[in-house]
Amino acid sequence: MNLHELTIHEAHDLLKKREISSVELTTAILDRIGQIDEKVDALLTVTDELAMVQAQKADELFKTGEVTPLTGIPAIIKDNMCTRGTRTTCSSKMLENFVPPYNATAVEKLKLQGIVMMGKSNMDEFGMGSSTENSAFYPTRNPWDRDRVPGGSSGGSAVSVASDETIFALGSDTGGSIRQPSGFCSVVGLKPTYGRVSRFGLVAFASSLEQIGPITKDVTDAALVLNAIAGHDEKDSTTVPHPVPDYTQSLIPDVKGLRLGIPREYFVEGMEEGVKQTIETAISKLEELGATVEETSLPSSKYALSVYYIIAPSEASANLARYNGVKYGFSFQEADSMWDAMEKTRQYGFGPEVKRRIMLGTYALSAGYYDAYYLKAQKVRTLIRQEFDQTFEKFDALITPTSPTVPFKIGEKMEDPMQMYLADVCTLPINIAGIPGICVPAGFVDGLPVGMQILAKSFAEETLLRIAYAYEQTTDWHKQNPPI
Amino acid sequence: MKYDTVIGLEVHSQLLTKSKMYCRCSTDYVNDPPNTHVCPVCLGMPGVLPTINQQAVEYTIMTGLALNCTIPTFTKFDRKNYPYPDLMKGYQISQYDLPFCIDGWVEIEINGNKKKCEITRVHLEEDVAKLVHRTDSSGETYSLMDVNRAGMPLMEIVGEPDLSSPEEARLYMMKLHGILRYLGVSTGNMEEGSFRCDANISQRSAEDGTTFPKVEVKNMNSFKAVYSALKYEEERQREVIESGGQLVQETRGWLDDEGITVSQRSKEYAHDYRYFPEPDLPPLTISSERAEAIRASIPELADAKKDRFMVKYSLTEYDAELLVNSREFADYYESCVELAFGEQIAEGRAKVVANWMLGEHLRLLNDAGIEITESKITPQQFVEMLDMIDQGTLSTTLAKQVFEEVFTTGKKPATIVEEKGLKQISGTDEIEPIVDQVLQENPKVVAEFKGGKEKALQFLVGQVMKKTRGQAKPDLVNKLFKEKLQ
Repeated sequence: MNLHELTIHEAHDLLKKREISSVELTTAILDRIGQIDEKVDALLTVTDELAMVQAQKADELFKTGEVTPLTGIPAIIKDNMCTRGTRTTCSSKMLENFVPPYNATAVEKLKLQGIVMMGKSNMDEFGMGSSTENSAFYPTRNPWDRDRVPGGSSGGSAVSVASDETIFALGSDTGGSIRQPSGFCSVVGLKPTYGRVSRFGLVAFASSLEQIGPITKDVTDAALVLNAIAGHDEKDSTTVPHPVPDYTQSLIPDVKGLRLGIPREYFVEGMEEGVKQTIETAISKLEELGATVEETSLPSSKYALSVYYIIAPSEASANLARYNGVKYGFSFQEADSMWDAMEKTRQYGFGPEVKRRIMLGTYALSAGYYDAYYLKAQKVRTLIRQEFDQTFEKFDALITPTSPTVPFKIGEKMEDPMQMYLADVCTLPINIAGIPGICVPAGFVDGLPVGMQILAKSFAEETLLRIAYAYEQTTDWHKQNPPI
Repeated sequence: MKYDTVIGLEVHSQLLTKSKMYCRCSTDYVNDPPNTHVCPVCLGMPGVLPTINQQAVEYTIMTGLALNCTIPTFTKFDRKNYPYPDLMKGYQISQYDLPFCIDGWVEIEINGNKKKCEITRVHLEEDVAKLVHRTDSSGETYSLMDVNRAGMPLMEIVGEPDLSSPEEARLYMMKLHGILRYLGVSTGNMEEGSFRCDANISQRSAEDGTTFPKVEVKNMNSFKAVYSALKYEEERQREVIESGGQLVQETRGWLDDEGITVSQRSKEYAHDYRYFPEPDLPPLTISSERAEAIRASIPELADAKKDRFMVKYSLTEYDAELLVNSREFADYYESCVELAFGEQIAEGRAKVVANWMLGEHLRLLNDAGIEITESKITPQQFVEMLDMIDQGTLSTTLAKQVFEEVFTTGKKPATIVEEKGLKQISGTDEIEPIVDQVLQENPKVVAEFKGGKEKALQFLVGQVMKKTRGQAKPDLVNKLFKEKLQ
C-alpha cells in the first residue's frame, strides 16, 4: 500500500483504526514530494516542519477520539490563500516574501478540522491564466505529459493531487481555475456556488466571480472538504447564511429520474473530436444509469467570455491597486520620488498578464467607456444568469465538457492571449452566473485526460455530488495514475 | 461689473462610532501612538474583506432625516479608485450613484432673513491614513504614515451651490455642526479634522449670468477659516476677472497663518475615479420601518428646542438661542428649571435660572475652557444656591463668590457659606448697632445727606456692608438709615 495514493476517506479509515498514524502518512507524502515535485514543479513552498508538528498533534487527537474526517490528513493550499506565518505569494514577485499574519477563513476551518498543511502550490500570477505558465517563479508541468500544461490557474493544486503529493488540495476558481486544471489532470474539482465558501483571506483577483473549492482524488473527498469549508462567515458579507448540509449524504449511486440538459453551445467550434466523443460517452453512461438526457440551449453563454474579460479585469484593476510597495511585498527602492517608487514597484513587481488585465480593466472603467463596457457587461451578466435560472426549471443539471481540448503544450498559447482565454470558454459562464460546477475525470484521449463538467442551480451542490458520485462508481478513470 | 458669488460646500464628518467603518478597530485613537489602531482590514492587506458598520449606517440615515432628506430604499457602496499612499487599498469604499440620503435642506438665518439651503446628498465612506512629511538633517525628505485614521467612518454632506457669500457658508457650516452635535453623531472637532469641509467657489456675472471657472478650496480648520478663506477667494477671483486675467479651475489650499489661498493642483489632471459597485459588499435595502425607527430616535434639535424654551420658559429669543447652543447646555438648564420648580414655574423664575446659566456659569466655563459636561456644579447645587438667594440667606453679590467656589471645588453651596461665614445678616438686632456706629463715625456725611445730598446715603450703606463683609442685607440697611436720618 502506497500511503500517498490514499484518498481522504481511505486514509481516515486507516487512521481511525490506528493502522497508520498521521506522522507516517505525512512522512510518506513528504517523501513523495521529495521524489516527484522536481519533475512537475507543483509546489512553491513545502512546510515540512509545520506539517510534522500538525501530524503529531493529529495523532494525539486520535488517541482521545476527538477527530473529524480531515484530522491528520495532508493538504496543499493554493498560494493565493493566506496562511498565517507561511508566505503567500500568489506566484507573483510582488508578494514573493509576503507572510500574512492571518489565515484565510477556508484555511482556518481546515485547521480547526485538524488537517496537516504540506505546503503552498504554484498558480498563474494572481490567478490570471489557464496554464500555470504565468507564474513568476516557474511553470508547473502536467504529470500525464510533462511537456504539457496542467491548466490553471490552480495548476499546482491539481498537479499535487494528481501526482499524489498530497491527499487533497484547495484551489480557487474565478473563471474555471479549479475545474479546468482538474480536468487536465484527471482529478475531481468543485467550484461551489458564489457565497457558499468564505473568500476572506483569498487574495482577491475578481471579487464577484471567485470561490474557493476542493481538488480531490474522488467525489467523496470533495464532499468531505466542502463540508469543512462551506458556510457563512461574518468576515465575508457575500457569504450566505443558508445552513450547510452534510454533503456526504448526497453520495448516492443513483441518478434515476434526474433530468440532464446538454447545452449545445458548450460543444463549441474548434472543440477536439476526441474530447467531444469522450463526453458523449460519459453522457450515455449517465443515461444508462437512469437519467433522462435532453439537448438544450444557452444562447447567451457565447457572450460569457467577453463579459468575463470586462468584469474580471475591472475588478482586478482595483483589487491590485494596493500593491504599491508602501506597506508590504516588493518595493522598488532606487526611486527618485514617491510616485516613481510606486510606479516602478508595479512595473517590476507584476508580470505581463497581470499588467495586461490591469490595463484592460482600467480602460473598461474609464469615464466615457464605463457604459459601453462595464455596465453593458453587467447587463449581459444578468441575462446569462437568468438564462441559467430558466434552464434549471427544466433540468436538474447540465453536462458539458470542462475544456474544449486536452492539455496543450507548454508555450503553445503564451504568445496568443485570445487562444489562452478560449481554454476557459466552457467554465467562464458558470462564474458569471455564480452557480456551482464540478469537474470529474471522464476518460483519456491518447493518454491525455478529459474532464466532464456538471452544473446545477445555485446551492444545489448536492445534485452535483450525487451525479458525479454515481458516474464515478461506474468508471475507474479517477483511479488511474499518471506515468511519473 | 457686478458679480455674484456661488458657493457649494462638501462637508465631511467622522462619525462617533465605537469601531471603524469596515473593520472592528477602535476609533478612539486621538491620544494614542501612530499605527496602534490598525488591523489587516484597515491596513488594506491582501485577501481581507470589508464589513459594514451598522451604527455608521444608522448615524448617516439619522443625519439625512434631520436634514429633511429622502431615504431611498435601495443603496449600495462603490469603489472610488485613485492612487495615493494614504489610501490603503488603492481605492476608497464610498457611495456613488445610490447614497443613503438624497434631496434635503437646512435653514440658516442671515441678516434676520431665513434661507433654505438645499442638500444634494449624504453618503458614507471611509477616511484615509495620515501622511507626515519630514526632512532629515541632511535635507532628504521622507514621509511617515499613521494608519489609525484609515477606515474611520466618514459621512459626506454635499450641498447645492446655493450659498451666495462667505458669511452664508460660515452660517451653513455652523448649522450643520450644531445638528450633528445635537444628534450625537460627530465630535464636531474642526481642529482635529473630524469635522471639515471643502468649498467650491466661483463668480457669476450679475448682469449677463456668465459663469467663471470654479475653485475648490481646502484646508479650512475653523468656522473663521471658512469665512476668511472664501472672502479671500471671492476677492481674488473678482480681481483676476477685473484685471482681465484668466481664472483656472483648480484646487487651492488655505494658509491660515498667511491669510491666503495657494494653488495645489490643476483640475486638468483631475482624476477619473472609475467608480464601480463594491463587489465585496452586497447592496443594502433600507426598509421604511427601519428609517422610521431611526427617525423616532432623533432627539429634539436646536431650532425646535429654542421655540419651545421661548414659550415654556418665557425667554427672549436671544436667551433661548444661547441656551440651546449645545444639547448638553440646554439639558443642564432644563434639569435646573425642573429641579427648582417642577412643572409649576412662577412668572419670570425660569429667566433667573437662564441669567445665572448665561452669566456666571458660562463665564466660568469659558474662563476654564471646559464644557458644561465637565462643570463641577451639579444642577442640584445650582438650584440649592438659587434657593438660598430666594430665602434671603445669601446676597446676590456673595452668591457670585459662592458660585465660583462651588465651580472650583465642587463643594455644596451650604458648606461654602458655612465655612466662609457668608450667611446674609438680615436681623435688625444685628445690623442696628453697626448702623449706629457708622452714623457716629461719619458726622460729615450725615450732614451732607441732611443737606440734601442723596448720594451720601449710598456711602453710609457701603460702610455697613464693608464692616459686615457684605453679609448685611442691603435693603434692610437702607431702611434703617432712612428711619434714623428722618
